[in-house]
Amino acid sequence: MNATPGQTVGPFFHYALPYDGDRDLVAPGTPGAIRLHGTVYDGAGAGVPDALLEIWQADGEGHVVQRQGSLRRDGHTFTGFGRASTDRTGEYTFTTLVPQGVDGALPFFAVTVFARGLLNRLFTRAYLPLAPDASDPLLGSLDPDRRRTLVAEPDAHGFRFDIRLMGEGETVFLRYPGH
Amino acid sequence: MTEPETQAAINEEIAAISKAYAAAGFVETQPRTDYPPYRSSLLRHPTKDLHHADPEGVELWAPCFGERDVDPLEADLTIQHGGEPVGERLVVTGRVLDGEGRPVRRQLVEIWQANAGGRYVHKRDQHPAALDPNFTGVGRCLTDDDGTYRFTTIKPGPYPWKNHRNAWRPAHVHFSLFGTEFTQRMVTQMYFPGDPLFALDPIYQSIVDPAARERLVATYDHDLTQPEWSTGYRWDIVLTGSRRTPMEDT
Repeated sequence: MNATPGQTVGPFFHYALPYDGDRDLVAPGTPGAIRLHGTVYDGAGAGVPDALLEIWQADGEGHVVQRQGSLRRDGHTFTGFGRASTDRTGEYTFTTLVPQGVDGALPFFAVTVFARGLLNRLFTRAYLPLAPDASDPLLGSLDPDRRRTLVAEPDAHGFRFDIRLMGEGETVFLRYPGH
Repeated sequence: MTEPETQAAINEEIAAISKAYAAAGFVETQPRTDYPPYRSSLLRHPTKDLHHADPEGVELWAPCFGERDVDPLEADLTIQHGGEPVGERLVVTGRVLDGEGRPVRRQLVEIWQANAGGRYVHKRDQHPAALDPNFTGVGRCLTDDDGTYRFTTIKPGPYPWKNHRNAWRPAHVHFSLFGTEFTQRMVTQMYFPGDPLFALDPIYQSIVDPAARERLVATYDHDLTQPEWSTGYRWDIVLTGSRRTPMEDT
């Protein structure tokens, strides 16, 4: 069957898609909690203040979680899904756990990017900076300059993962089979 | 300040892209992210080809939403306040399917939209049309075991925006969808049949294939229309690709 086309999320999603606790996959202050944050940049290097990011990740044991409760956080159920809109500077933040790799693969956060001006959503991966090496099928298929855009950088409270929509240092965005 | 561009200039750009697309003879089913008539896209589209990836790990699964997340009353956008909202009450329903035509069961659908006057409850919407104290324009539901979603709402109005001078968006409802695999995640817009603004709208026209564009247009369905109560529209949504085969599921 032919897929329904996507469209931009537009400028007016803020009263609809964000919700209380959307970016806190675990409550801040939870033992083991880290911050995954970064800035979404446009092709002129300016922060994108009206972007929305989603992450989907395994838990700390490499299990893919299938639990309800992402929209109504109860403070103790880890669901693996989070959503964060960018602030006026283009910065986003998630509070979450460090994912473990699934079935022995390298651990990563699956990331989806939406924004006003972006006509269809974009997919990417934020790999942990553990041992990003050429044995990973995706990382190994990229030259080092481009590979770097998929690897989060460690910082004081977790990891920084910037997203460059366009131009110099453009993030590698993904096309899956069937797209 | 430069003069704002005219609709005629935007129409010419749209026509030139359509002509080149028709001549190329290669079918595109998704919007172009590089579509200059939509001015906000100029600095917000990747310039490199999307990189092929086989889904792995979490990507082969989707987040799980359920009755803990969504109150059934959230599917009715006309009962969120003390009174009836202004506008044409309607039901919009349809099925969420994967690329193989299988229903996407028990999954989250989120919608948001302008009110009947074309105004959003959003601080950035400066359109001087009335806000409706009885309408917020946000809804959620879960699909049923047949993949069916159903909302009760009102028909949104068209509204002006600043892409060019006298730019107006066709009436639409924003839809946010999850599949059975994270790679199927999508956000789109549903339109109403026969909208005179289709040809003038660079967001709708960014889907350069005419048949693909029409997949965003709901169908009026008189069997869904309820006497003395509401009109009815039907709109099915097909997500990209499909999940692992049932064999791999076991």
